[in-house]
Amino acid sequence: MNFLGYKRPDGRVGVRNKILILPASICAADTARIIASQVDGAVTFHNQNGCAQIPSDQQLTMDVMAGFAANPNIYGTIVVSLGCENCQMDLVVEAIQERTNKPLRQFIIQECGGTIATVEKATRAAREMAQEASCLQREEFPISELILGTECGGSDPTSGLASNPLIGEVCDRIVDNGGTAVLSETTEFIGAEHILARRGINKEVHDRIYEIVHRYEEALKLVGADTREGNPSPGNKAGGITTLEEKSLGCIHKGGHRPIQNVYDYAKQMEAHEGLVIMDTPGNDPSSVAGMIAGGCQVVVFSTGRGTPTGNPIAPVIKLTANPVTYGKMKDNIDFDASDLLENPETIDEMADTLLNEMCAIASGKMTKSESLGYIEMAIARVCNYV
Amino acid sequence: MKATMIDDRDNVAVVLGDVKAGDTITVTKNNETRSIIAVSDIPRYHKTSIKLIPAQSPVVKYGEHIGLAAEDIQPGTHVHVHNVLSNREDL
Repeated sequence: MNFLGYKRPDGRVGVRNKILILPASICAADTARIIASQVDGAVTFHNQNGCAQIPSDQQLTMDVMAGFAANPNIYGTIVVSLGCENCQMDLVVEAIQERTNKPLRQFIIQECGGTIATVEKATRAAREMAQEASCLQREEFPISELILGTECGGSDPTSGLASNPLIGEVCDRIVDNGGTAVLSETTEFIGAEHILARRGINKEVHDRIYEIVHRYEEALKLVGADTREGNPSPGNKAGGITTLEEKSLGCIHKGGHRPIQNVYDYAKQMEAHEGLVIMDTPGNDPSSVAGMIAGGCQVVVFSTGRGTPTGNPIAPVIKLTANPVTYGKMKDNIDFDASDLLENPETIDEMADTLLNEMCAIASGKMTKSESLGYIEMAIARVCNYV
Repeated sequence: MKATMIDDRDNVAVVLGDVKAGDTITVTKNNETRSIIAVSDIPRYHKTSIKLIPAQSPVVKYGEHIGLAAEDIQPGTHVHVHNVLSNREDL
């Protein structure tokens, strides 16, 4: 099975062809927004971070910035920094160049002469880059070039029953065809980490699965939160969830059935052709999706029960629900109606093929509903308050 | 009433609507349909046992253990917090 994508000079294959106007910190975010608004094909996001963060949080921010620039959906990047933030221009540029050799330009607001002077210079550079990007043609590639991200949010009983098993079937198909599928949301592994760990291909992967779950729990305990206490919640139980194992299994089923080949820290660069892997991300949807896209996912499949609007500036997020009422109410936001699967669970293979075809159409350029609405919501994971 | 069995190894299935004791529950997996008579009321999206689950043996959903049976659970029984023990299996 093939899709039409863009070959990048670093060998990776993108499904979009955008110019990233990358704000190195919150102090550059509005300037980046103005630049991006001037140039067709340019995207940006509101970076809330980049300064006054503890070192481990700053690293998360750096990894997301470098990963977004390196994501193969991006033709080239224009970094805009204020000048005095912790995420200094040379650090950001170096982090991007460690990941990719794609076109890169940089502008420092305090050196250019303020916002208007920076907008003038950077807009001209962005326009040139957009023109170069427009000369590229889509070519045919096998789906083995895809790194598919998975996510669930606003879950209800239909998520664990139908939507997540359906996404799991699609992940199996991606893996069996030689691609990479990513299971995320570490907080949702809690209670089923032993089951996931058993699926690791070796002891290292097995131990890493325990490590990321326990590390996450310990971090939350530092501020007095215990994720196991009262979980499953009374609402979960009323909905039919009996144990924490069952709840977590409903979430992790979206990764499918294949052995787990590797565990990546948040936003680290993942490999194509690797099979099923895990990324350590929060259950919070926009920051989990951002971490996987920074890791190189060109496409994300997202299951929802109640109906969430999530999109992303860099990669298409395909949303599906198996709840017929939610699809009816949230048609403007949800791309794929999987509700037939609830009544006819035996048709899962057929529906997985249909979803895979839709994913290929979207990879080949069809807009998702969140793309057509211009959604660029974005969050970067962090463990601590600002300094 | 239909019920969904997710994995071939499962000994429970999820009912897709409210079930009353005495109702017939049908489960289809791999082109094979079986019928079970409900022995208790089961709310929508809750689990029914589809075979006898002896006391202290695993309750299996998604092909994995989600807990242990607290008592012998007859086919067609509502399987939930009243007859399942949470059992953390660490490796």
